[in-house]
Amino acid sequence: MRSIYLDHAATTPLRQEAYEAMIPYLTESFGNPSSIHAFGRKVRKDLEDARERVANALKVQPREIFFTGGGTEADNIAILGVAARLKDKGRHIITSAVEHHAVLHTCEALEKQGYALTVLPVDKYGMVTPADLEKAIGAETILVSIMHANNEVGTVQPIKELAAIAHERGALFHTDAVQTVGNIPVDIEDLGVDLLSASAHKIYGPKGVGLLYVRKGTKLANIAYGGAQERSIRPGTENVAGIMGFARALELAVAEQPETSRHLTVLRDKLIKGLTALPDVCLNGHPQQRLPGNANVSVERVEGESLILSLDMAGIAVSSGSACTSGSLEPSHVLMAMGLSHQRAHGSLRFTLGKSTSAEDIDYVLEVMPGIIERLRQMSPVQSGR
Amino acid sequence: MYSEKVMDHFQNPRNVGVLEDANGIGEVGNMRCGDIMKLYIKVGDNEIIEDIKFQTFGCGAAIATSSMITEIVKGMSIAEAEKVSNRQVAEELDGLPPAKMHCSNLAADALRAAIANYRENKQR
Repeated sequence: MRSIYLDHAATTPLRQEAYEAMIPYLTESFGNPSSIHAFGRKVRKDLEDARERVANALKVQPREIFFTGGGTEADNIAILGVAARLKDKGRHIITSAVEHHAVLHTCEALEKQGYALTVLPVDKYGMVTPADLEKAIGAETILVSIMHANNEVGTVQPIKELAAIAHERGALFHTDAVQTVGNIPVDIEDLGVDLLSASAHKIYGPKGVGLLYVRKGTKLANIAYGGAQERSIRPGTENVAGIMGFARALELAVAEQPETSRHLTVLRDKLIKGLTALPDVCLNGHPQQRLPGNANVSVERVEGESLILSLDMAGIAVSSGSACTSGSLEPSHVLMAMGLSHQRAHGSLRFTLGKSTSAEDIDYVLEVMPGIIERLRQMSPVQSGR
Repeated sequence: MYSEKVMDHFQNPRNVGVLEDANGIGEVGNMRCGDIMKLYIKVGDNEIIEDIKFQTFGCGAAIATSSMITEIVKGMSIAEAEKVSNRQVAEELDGLPPAKMHCSNLAADALRAAIANYRENKQR
């Protein structure tokens, strides 16, 4: 049977070059980078070299890069670190309704601690309106955190404009760029953000490693305590092999990005066109301002998990925003914030394409989808027009 | 995540569709939580469930439990069928993931709703 992986927004396979970059640090170069002896010094040198290569790929300074245990940890360090550091300046934080839970739940935790939280709404495409930020921001606002692109529907936010508004009012700006770094052009200087989170395993690097970019001069309070690693912002012995794999994967992703984007956009558009040509299947997210590899659709009168199971039986791996797959009783907060009906949210399907996706893979998906939808619709008591 | 039995019932559901000559129809669930089950029963003069069909909008567990209950109660008296619980349906499927036990395990409720509807119809 065919086996087609179309869930690259969840995670990607480790690329060969990243794997090879990791091996020495799992074997002979095992030293602790904090050690003074030769074993440690060698690894320290390689680690700092990796930091420099990452900084070069992102066109920032090595001192602005802090390696973390992944995107979620980077988000936590940024948000909790700014909130604690600037609590005497103000206690208002602004985020959006479509953030990843790593941001949304962190902001909600601060709200429980007494911070004021504004969660900006989004339009039907999942886009934040800059005018809404202008209205919400005030003298008490210390931080605005809005993701670069959404992991579910792929909508790319107007970060440059939003960051400029935050800065006019003296607030810091953080963006979760886990879905964009290495996937679309990310010019940190041009975007004007103060803090940015990225992750390795979304760009063919290893799991369990990410980074937080912190603009020079931006001060964070510690949220965890230990040694002086990563200038105490992320204490704990560095995940050296992970960092080496991340650096290699990031360099390559950034270098290959224009070509990868072109390849993915063609396939994505072919998939979206084919899927939305089916009866009562519609696109979720922005028609243009979306990630090159993301196709998210809702299939009317069918529930998402049953679509995933059916596609899985046909060898196709995808995800959904239905309640059954979100692990809660409610469908995806992203789709609900976009104003989708419960039925459309429960019937959502996310296809996220990757480097290895071929035109034949898309043809195969489009070949099996009509039969799968038809079978489930025949079982459904929900009739069209309801 | 799902047992082989659940996957079998999901893939090859028994008794799917609308029962044109049903004399009891039960519908439970709602679109908010994403599960809607509709059960059709044809009860004979001897109070035996002679035929049963279902239509379900929902996840794999919702479809499998609907299919399973039709197998369990077909040919049963309504008095006996009423005693079948959601837990029993899940057990017959070799269990369901814990998260599915409360949200998608409604087939017995749908059956009781269909039996109640049959009794109402009969009194008219």
